[in-house]
Amino acid sequence: MKLIIQGQAKEYDDAATINNVIENEKVETPEYVTVSVNDELYDTSEFEKISLKDGDSIEFLYFMGGGCK
Amino acid sequence: MKVILPAELYQEIYEAAKAVFPEEACGLIGGTEEDGVRQIKKVYVLENIDHSNEHFTMAPKDQLAAVKDMRANGIKPLGNFHSHPESPSRPSDEDKRLAYDKNASYMIISLMETNKPVLNCFHIEGDISIKEELEVQ
Repeated sequence: MKLIIQGQAKEYDDAATINNVIENEKVETPEYVTVSVNDELYDTSEFEKISLKDGDSIEFLYFMGGGCK
Repeated sequence: MKVILPAELYQEIYEAAKAVFPEEACGLIGGTEEDGVRQIKKVYVLENIDHSNEHFTMAPKDQLAAVKDMRANGIKPLGNFHSHPESPSRPSDEDKRLAYDKNASYMIISLMETNKPVLNCFHIEGDISIKEELEVQ
């Protein structure tokens, strides 16, 4: 299947899972990444709910936060 | 890494920091990168959903909208900025602990002296932060 990952079209096996994609795309510290699939947001604990299909658009969003202490 | 920030975008960051003072302001920066030089093309001021003077968090949905806008404009995410309303322009322990994207440039603007803002840019990896060369032009 074709997936649009961070704006780039890539071919993946039809059985690929989001964890396969994370590993293949070398996403670092995935435990701190929110995944967007077709604009739907998933936290790490929800990754298993993701079922990928041809044409899905995927984004990886790092937690962005901090403080002054 | 050298980071070039147009003066009007510097002003945008400064205005954003003043607008929510004493809360921390935050947002994303997008632009281009070539030969170790990052050229900032656009600043995205996002809501600090913590609404705190000591912490900031960006909502993933706001990040997503900004990233999509960057892509539509032919630029890419290069990092983020946030303000330190009452502390110096350097990464705090919390900033370093929560800097999960080691490819990002992290800008911090200090408003310790409101009329004399100090903006610095850092590469953060683990406990180590290294000041990046920042040129406002």
